[in-house]
Amino acid sequence: MSAKVITVTSGKGGVGKTTVTANLATALAMKGRKVVAMDSDIGLRNLDVVMGLENRIVYDLVDVIEGRCRLRQAMIKDKRLPELYLIPAAQTRDKMAVSPSDMVLVCDQLREEVDYVVIDSPAGIERGFRNALAPADSVIIVTNPEVSAVRDADRIIGLIEAEEKGPANLIVNRLKPSMVARGDMLSIEDILEILAIDLIGVVPEDEAILVSTNRGTPVAMNATNSASASQAFRNVADRLEGDTVPLIDFNARDGFLTRLRSLVGSPK
Amino acid sequence: MGWLDRFFKSEEKSSSVAKSRLQMVLTHDRSSISPGLIEEIKDDIIKVIAKRLEVDPDNVVVNLTTTRQESRLVAEIPIHVNGRNR
Repeated sequence: MSAKVITVTSGKGGVGKTTVTANLATALAMKGRKVVAMDSDIGLRNLDVVMGLENRIVYDLVDVIEGRCRLRQAMIKDKRLPELYLIPAAQTRDKMAVSPSDMVLVCDQLREEVDYVVIDSPAGIERGFRNALAPADSVIIVTNPEVSAVRDADRIIGLIEAEEKGPANLIVNRLKPSMVARGDMLSIEDILEILAIDLIGVVPEDEAILVSTNRGTPVAMNATNSASASQAFRNVADRLEGDTVPLIDFNARDGFLTRLRSLVGSPK
Repeated sequence: MGWLDRFFKSEEKSSSVAKSRLQMVLTHDRSSISPGLIEEIKDDIIKVIAKRLEVDPDNVVVNLTTTRQESRLVAEIPIHVNGRNR
């Protein structure tokens, strides 16, 4: 077995890195893969609560690196799926407790044991980001359809290319198709033209995300309708596995009025 | 704002504004060439051309365009030419 290490990053905070990490790891595990979700946001861990495993943490990533436990002991098993594990970040330390070479060592050990390691990167472009990037075989950049998130994504793409970790793939998260239709949100085409990067998924804004985070159950575990965030995450997992899955047609979901509005929009 | 307003006013869509603002800011982010430097280069170009030809300085445009593959300066310099123009 030789795992693929996928780092999920964004530059800007709050775009949904942790949600994407939790759901991709979950969706890959639902496909029968052995998956480790790893939180590299030392001092500000959150992947544990998003996955609903916060009460089961005994050891964390820094304990492994500093030799207080074996790697296996820091892998919390998600009991809802046969082969899904979380390695949590330390909460009482800071980024400097981990180095890029530590991350490479830990991931090299995991490579022998699992199919995928999905790393949740902290926001920013400093040490924490460098740590998350160092072991990556491939990188997923998460952005939102707004100027600040796209600008930061562009910066991150440049840094990833400089580190020769690319080419990265893009997930556009929190898309509101109705706003795109009326010309008040950057479209997928706009974002791809600006960033010149391959797209691996589009996740719609979906209240189910907050509800599932409230409960600590990644939304990918719930089978919901075909234009949902849950389906979008499972589609990304399929694409990571090499399947060709078309993007969800969100416009089909819009009401008649929305489509009428987009047709009647002002002439240029 | 409803679609009726937009129908009558034909205001530029906020998504187009966002796109062009992003393209502008990323050009400078990617190249680390500041907008101020471009202005200085523009003034220098005007000075050089003006030694030989009559330049219309208010309508000179110098733009930096940057993709990840290449960067280029594109200058448009309107000049006044007398005589042989038809």
